[in-house]
Amino acid sequence: MLNYITSYLSSNTTPGQAGNVFWALIYILVVFGGISVAVMAMNWLERKALAHFQIRLGPMRVGPHGLLQPIADAIKLMTKEDIIPAEADKFVFWIAPLIILCASFAVYIVVPFGPTHAITDLNIGILFMLGVSSLSVLGIVMAGWASNSHYPLIGALRSSAQMVSYEVAMGMAVVSAILMTSLHGLGAYGVGAGTSGTGTLSMIGIVQAQQEQHVWFLFKFFPLGFIAFGIFAIAMVAETNRAPFDLPEAESELTAGFHTEYSGLRWSLFMLGEYAAMIAVSSIAVTLWLGGWYRPFPNTLTGETWDLVFSLFPGLTFLALAAIAFVGVRRMPKHPYFRVQTLGLAGFGVVLGVIGLILFVPPVRDRIQDIFWFVAKVAGFMYLYIWYRATFPRYRFDQLMKVGWKVLLPIGIGVLILTAVLGVVL
Amino acid sequence: MGAGQPGDRERPINMTDRTITDPKGDDPKTADSTRFLSHLELDQPDKTFLDSNELVINMGPQHPATHGVLRVILKLDGEQVLGTECVIGYLHRGVEKIAEHRTYTMFNPYVDRMDYVAAVSNGLGYCEAVEKLLNIEAPPRARYIRVILTELNRLASHQLWLGTHALDIGAMTPLFYTFRDREEILKIFEKYCGARLTTHAFRIGGCQYETYEGFERDVIKFLDFVPPKIDEYEELLTTNRIWLERTKGVGVISKADAIALGVTGPVLRASGVKWDLRKAQPYAAYSDFDFEVPIGANGDTYDRYSVRMEEMRQSLRIIRQAVEKIPEGPIMAKVPKVMKPPVGEVYHSIEAPKGELGYFIVSDGSTQPYRVRVRPPSFVNLQALDNMVRGALVADVIAVIGTLDIVLGEVDR
Amino acid sequence: MPEEPKSPTLPPSGEPKSTAGHAPAVPAKPAGPVPIPWDSAMVGKLKGQYGSGIREANTYLGQNYMVVEPSIVSELLQILRDREQFDYCVDVTAVHYPQREKQFDLIWILYSFPRNERIRVKTMIADGERVPSAVPIWATANWLEREVFDMFGIRFDGHPDLKRILLPDGWKGHPLRKDYGIIQQDQEWVQANLGIESGQ
Repeated sequence: MLNYITSYLSSNTTPGQAGNVFWALIYILVVFGGISVAVMAMNWLERKALAHFQIRLGPMRVGPHGLLQPIADAIKLMTKEDIIPAEADKFVFWIAPLIILCASFAVYIVVPFGPTHAITDLNIGILFMLGVSSLSVLGIVMAGWASNSHYPLIGALRSSAQMVSYEVAMGMAVVSAILMTSLHGLGAYGVGAGTSGTGTLSMIGIVQAQQEQHVWFLFKFFPLGFIAFGIFAIAMVAETNRAPFDLPEAESELTAGFHTEYSGLRWSLFMLGEYAAMIAVSSIAVTLWLGGWYRPFPNTLTGETWDLVFSLFPGLTFLALAAIAFVGVRRMPKHPYFRVQTLGLAGFGVVLGVIGLILFVPPVRDRIQDIFWFVAKVAGFMYLYIWYRATFPRYRFDQLMKVGWKVLLPIGIGVLILTAVLGVVL
Repeated sequence: MGAGQPGDRERPINMTDRTITDPKGDDPKTADSTRFLSHLELDQPDKTFLDSNELVINMGPQHPATHGVLRVILKLDGEQVLGTECVIGYLHRGVEKIAEHRTYTMFNPYVDRMDYVAAVSNGLGYCEAVEKLLNIEAPPRARYIRVILTELNRLASHQLWLGTHALDIGAMTPLFYTFRDREEILKIFEKYCGARLTTHAFRIGGCQYETYEGFERDVIKFLDFVPPKIDEYEELLTTNRIWLERTKGVGVISKADAIALGVTGPVLRASGVKWDLRKAQPYAAYSDFDFEVPIGANGDTYDRYSVRMEEMRQSLRIIRQAVEKIPEGPIMAKVPKVMKPPVGEVYHSIEAPKGELGYFIVSDGSTQPYRVRVRPPSFVNLQALDNMVRGALVADVIAVIGTLDIVLGEVDR
Repeated sequence: MPEEPKSPTLPPSGEPKSTAGHAPAVPAKPAGPVPIPWDSAMVGKLKGQYGSGIREANTYLGQNYMVVEPSIVSELLQILRDREQFDYCVDVTAVHYPQREKQFDLIWILYSFPRNERIRVKTMIADGERVPSAVPIWATANWLEREVFDMFGIRFDGHPDLKRILLPDGWKGHPLRKDYGIIQQDQEWVQANLGIESGQ
């Protein structure tokens, strides 16, 4: 038994590939726990960042600087009355959020946080991710139908139409990235001659192809990689029904969206699924174009010293966060009512600092690096999502569909063809 | 779907349509539920929801985007609007009836409450109308103070309009920026007359309060503070591709239609009619100032947006000139304590931020007006809604309601 | 010219009232504004056309107005729009004089963009008399006439959709009439629809 557990530790593959059920379960728990924490953090960040964009402060009271706000929200939603509309189809009503949740969470089994830090590495990884995340459309339509009210139904149909259209554009961009894994372009574009990439759909394989070719696909066949990335970045915002493509769920429009009739815990499952989907598609973008878990500038700044410098970043980040927390502690009002909050923030800062210090320890440093860079890149995308929401007005539905079909799709096809041509010709 | 036929229920299913003032069957003779839709010609009301391609949707009185209690009944063909009907009167307070039972001075605070966003303009119009009836003129200093406060109020009204309009279209950030900048204007009002919103700033015959110590300094500081802010709003919106797509070509009203429908204010000017009461029939010292009247070319939402942004800048220009040239002197004309205008009637209108605000006052020689009629610009502008959204999509209805800049307090009085 | 209405005149101070043979000088009240006749080419043409249909055309406090017979009103408004270029109907309103035989004063306020001129056209109608609607002439009259109907009960012939606008549909009574009390409400409607005894 112990052998079973320890034998995996010396292997160099993901638990899924090694067939090690125990470690697979551990990894699943860690990943899903991490995603849940990430969703809560995203909720907090959204409210704070949006507030700061709008010259206000956001949540400040529940916990120091609102840090406990997501927990308060979760408790509130869980204790709310569960309302089911009369004459609603109860089974479908119940299962719709579950489908969205499962579809959004199931894709995480192939998300690569490192060369062996994934639950498993399917050899059709990217196909699996796109396919399973599309299942959430089913959940949306079910939610709209089961609500027995024509506004959610219209909203659900619109949402699903939007998601389906942008999936096509996403697909084109993804395929051109996949093509880049196998087309190596002898000598041109700074790619090392003699590399023979073998095309692969596996997520870890795609990142490793970027490593072998010594170029992130963002910069490969410039500007094609860039355009493909751009298409994917726009399509993924539309895919997750976020601003500026959030007409189906906007409050000031007539149809209030497919989740109108859901209250309390069921609604929070929708939100959980939405944020999880956002993180999932951002992971796809990071994996396909931004070099996955590799540190920035792996090819221009090479060498032991640079590796060392970049490996200090995780620890430094946490220490910087701890420093910000302590600055916050200094600036807390010196009033007895704020004592608990001040202590809480100080404790939080201490925890961050301890984590930062642990991350300086070399064995931890090596293992944690990949995860850190992957998460940092995904976090950048999350911030962009919030930034879009604060800045842009909303697209009208017909304009939204027009952008998806008449702008992104033709450009996507063009990029695909040009990538194929350049890859073979050069 | 319930008994899902659009014509046969009295209130379409809508979570927001929970008003108790919705009559359950008011006049028994006309109790059929299509009474609201008479001019929309609902042809086949007995088709079920999924069969018919015409849908009647109610944007209920409580709605985040209707700027007050406005109910709009839309008849849709899928996503396209075939016709609209506005049901108003939810904020009707009988101001004109009240006026007949108050003296002229007592009625002054009531007018602020009509267009509560631009209360100072309302007060200006009323005071000037009564002054006309009394055949007196406010002294020059009072007129300059009136111009300064009215133009500040125009700026505040346009800022509120911009914030809410952008919010309806989806950009949530300009709202907070405009409200923050509007605070500065409201602070000046508060220091001047004690109230931020319903200011009751003017009296018949002039102004009651002398400008406070530091008024000019505050106003000049404000004039330096605000132009970069207006640039900020423009930066967020004017060249934004999504904003352009949502506003260009949306809610177009032609020049001829605009004149026939009697719309006034920025809506008329955006359709190409260069007409501003401050220039055409100057009142209250506007003839002393040099400013321009912006007009638009197409009469769409984007033009109305540009016209109002430019009007904000022109207001700053007027205020600067007024503050520099403000004369000394009395602020109140000789007005009898008991005001008994001679028998007669007068109509006086001003260019309020929303359009032509007119007061038609009939006096019978007593201390109370015999009839006060307020000609509300939002009321007449709202009438043009039907004309502007025919053939547009549902999301455009909300944009157009926002661009008309209506305040329900004024529509309903 | 500023008018200063004086309170009941008193003899100038210092002069004893009972001085015989010396009538106290009473400052004369300056003449207030009076309507003066409005002569213009337009009025001349209209008077020539309608004769006694145009009862008066005056200017009061610088504002021109015409009082006309109800029978010629719709033609006159049409002519004003087409020939005299009064393309903008500013307002349609009414005033109620219950003591008069013709109880209602119906007023159209018109403005001409090309001429930058504003006039009022007034007519006097009895209770129950119907007036042709101005909607075919100016589209803006639609809601304005509905409000006049709502508040006064004056019906307009030819209006596409004459129903109440500000008050609820089933309301009984026309509030801006002088015989409608200031705190009067349609108790029936309030009780039936709001479910409350009126708070008045």
